[in-house]
Amino acid sequence: MAALRRRRFLTLGVLWLALAAAYFVVPLLATLKFSLQPTREGYHLDAYRVILQDPAFRQSLFFSFKLAVFTVIISLVLLVPTAYWVHLKLPKIRPVIEFLTILPFVIPPIVLVVGLLQGFRWTPTWFYGGYLILVVGYAILAFPYVYRSLDAGLRAIDIHTLSEAAQSLGARWTTVLFRVILPNLRAGLLSAAFLTLALVMGEFTMGQLMQFPTFAVYISYIGQTQATGAAALSLLSFAITWVAMLGILLAAGRGAGARAAQVGGVH
Amino acid sequence: MPYLELRDVTKRFGNVTALDDVTFELEQGEFFSMLGPSGCGKTTALRIVAGFESPDEGAVVVDGKDLTRTPPNRRDMGMVFQAYSLFPNMTARQNVEFGLRIRKRSAEQRTDRAGELLDLVGLSAQGDRYPYQMSGGQQQRVALARALAIEPKVLLMDEPLSALDARVRVSLREEIRRIQTELGITALYVTHDQEEALSISDRVAVMNAGKPEQIAPPLEIYAEPATPFVAEFVGTMNRLEATVGDGGSVRYGGTQLGVDAVRGRPSGERVLVLVRPESVTVEPLSEGDAPAGALSGRVLSGVFLGPVTRIKVETPEQGQISADVPSATAGRFNVGASVVARFDAAHARVLDLTGE
Amino acid sequence: MTQEDLPPGVVSTPPPRSSTSGRGRRWVWLGVVPFFLYTFAFLLYPAISILLGAFQDENGKITMKLVASLFEHGSLEAYWTSIKLSVVTALLGGLFGLLIAHAAIAGRLPRWVRTTLTTFSGVAANFAGVPLAFAFIATIGFTGIITKFLQDSLGFDLYGTGFKLYSFWGLVIVYLYFQIPLMVLVIAPAIDGLRREWREAAENLGANTSQYWRHVALPVLMPSLLGAGILLFGSAFGAYATAYALTSGRLPLVPLLIGNVTTGNVLSDPHYGNALALGMVLVLGVTMTLYAILQRKASRWQR
Repeated sequence: MAALRRRRFLTLGVLWLALAAAYFVVPLLATLKFSLQPTREGYHLDAYRVILQDPAFRQSLFFSFKLAVFTVIISLVLLVPTAYWVHLKLPKIRPVIEFLTILPFVIPPIVLVVGLLQGFRWTPTWFYGGYLILVVGYAILAFPYVYRSLDAGLRAIDIHTLSEAAQSLGARWTTVLFRVILPNLRAGLLSAAFLTLALVMGEFTMGQLMQFPTFAVYISYIGQTQATGAAALSLLSFAITWVAMLGILLAAGRGAGARAAQVGGVH
Repeated sequence: MPYLELRDVTKRFGNVTALDDVTFELEQGEFFSMLGPSGCGKTTALRIVAGFESPDEGAVVVDGKDLTRTPPNRRDMGMVFQAYSLFPNMTARQNVEFGLRIRKRSAEQRTDRAGELLDLVGLSAQGDRYPYQMSGGQQQRVALARALAIEPKVLLMDEPLSALDARVRVSLREEIRRIQTELGITALYVTHDQEEALSISDRVAVMNAGKPEQIAPPLEIYAEPATPFVAEFVGTMNRLEATVGDGGSVRYGGTQLGVDAVRGRPSGERVLVLVRPESVTVEPLSEGDAPAGALSGRVLSGVFLGPVTRIKVETPEQGQISADVPSATAGRFNVGASVVARFDAAHARVLDLTGE
Repeated sequence: MTQEDLPPGVVSTPPPRSSTSGRGRRWVWLGVVPFFLYTFAFLLYPAISILLGAFQDENGKITMKLVASLFEHGSLEAYWTSIKLSVVTALLGGLFGLLIAHAAIAGRLPRWVRTTLTTFSGVAANFAGVPLAFAFIATIGFTGIITKFLQDSLGFDLYGTGFKLYSFWGLVIVYLYFQIPLMVLVIAPAIDGLRREWREAAENLGANTSQYWRHVALPVLMPSLLGAGILLFGSAFGAYATAYALTSGRLPLVPLLIGNVTTGNVLSDPHYGNALALGMVLVLGVTMTLYAILQRKASRWQR
């Protein structure tokens, strides 16, 4: 009887998952079909051809990628030492750090961008007029995810014990850093990098309001005149996010870092 | 007429046969333990009785009623799990009342009954505590009270003491037995700890690879193990592979030893002679060869076990034999000392030497 | 523990301390100073400048009129619509997310179901924004594939019913695409925490499935559910890109309003955007505080 009831329970769960799968997959398939401009004569790759030939496409893609790379560098340079220090030497300020990493939820991109635009009006043009101000904002957006990735990675490897074991065997702190800590942090670092990549490549709000030609801004621009082109770009964007996710999975494996890495993006 | 039966139950998980045509019969009010190593099927059998697994073949019968198709929430059994089974959002009292609440008893009835049971397990002062505020032993006592509150037909216990400290385990198992006897409830108990099973059960089923190797009262299990597995699993046992000789004796290596149990067996048959270390005595060997009917050798090691010290003697060309000597006198047997070991002919068990 | 408490022969050793002391202690802070400086400069300072700007008019004089204008019809409507949208998507996303997560995790289905769900949720939660909007336009927009399919194959005119993708409910449908995955990811650990023993014990004591949920599972999950719901609220409330791409800024939502003011699309004092942003931060601040409180409560069950 238990088996019978379990079978009924099973079908209910399966039903929900099937519905969910439909809701999530159908739009992607529809977008694909839409982008291929189905007519009575069949499918066309025109939309894709136009996009690929558009110089603005390559420029915006590359631009966003460049911003992503800078964002990753800034985030990691700031947060790797921070995460390490908090973990090893200053556990007391952990709540402070965690509060600071929750803050971007209270100050979403739409608010942050207003603050940056107004607050830094007095800065020189190479900062205010260039994309550096955008990168600076992106890093803030990335902090919660990057910190959590690194923190999870550190927690998973019990860095305290490893460091002490290494030191008791005679290692200097540089050895400890390069041979013990960084290799084990690799998963967390890569997760953080891929997360940031996905985040920046998809970011629209700050790019638009600061009037930069980011990839998402480009998609929005295309969408105003070419619906099929926008559909094609949406799929491309989705594919980029998938690649980043695969990167995270491969880097982090099944560890705690993987789970921390997967929560949410900015929209 | 047995009260609880598992009849010809078989259960498979993929390629693995967890239970192989197993039959248990429990009398009403009996405390019956299933004992064995991990994977022997004891927990599977319990879960089948509870209704959380269905047997591929066979039936579960309680008080004459076939319950095999009944869902677990209608079997009227009380189960105590190994750990973590108390509902975390309820106090101890609310946990105990839960089954009564489901059965729509009045608030007054629930309070009375819960109070009664918390008293029975000695926790009336902790009624308003939450599980996370209690120790492991206290939690298990609440779990027991909760299972008993509904006046179940059968009490099922799945290694309820495994997650507890050694000292708590000993006192709690005695309490469980006391309560079970007082209430006269039929109990089915699963454990891998043989001391636990032997100390509180009316009967024990020693299980191995999905089948019971022996079902008997504790003393019989210990003193007369039916198979080599039971002999090995329960207590420590000396195993001597010997050949049957004449007149109630065996030849072990180069020595003739008296073993009453081989009378009637054909001469020359290979048998397994089993002797408990506490039945083996050792004496220092002064000079010359060993006296007849005893094994001579050198002390290999001495392990202090508290009241006794287990002396392991290496007998040349014959193997090893362990003997328990009172620790006070164990000083005579240093490593390397020459000793002679012997046992009473009546204290040895004999089993067929199967090719295992 | 003093020396007297220990058995003879055992010397008490102090617990391992981090390898800094005295002079070294001050240097330790060096490691986190860059982070603090950066956060202060680029997160707190902009936030403060917004705060201050909300109380200044275009000449820089202190005034309350901008904050007061928040209570006028236009912005009040925007706040109300934003809150409504966030609450609705939080409730629906929470409900569906819970059902889906529970089915995949606690439903005794093969392991790959859960892994696929988690991976996809990670991607979908990141997919939000412009691409998501266009994906739905391609699906149920006026010339969308599904719209056409419903028309041609089932004779059902979706837009004939008055449905519009860039309406409140259209937005809800699109928002769920990232709200549900967010819920799944956030609630998964709590569902993991639902011990199998609780369900079995409940069953053994006579409870059926709904009784188990009513008395055990939902109470235990409640703090996590509320926390997740609040997170979903915050996620929808602050969302700009998706709404913009779908409605081109035409729906009365606070983020869109801020965007309009900032890009100069609307004729108004730019500090009005500050006031709106201030309002947003207040709302989100309250929700995040609630979330933090609930998180602490939820961890009690985890013991």
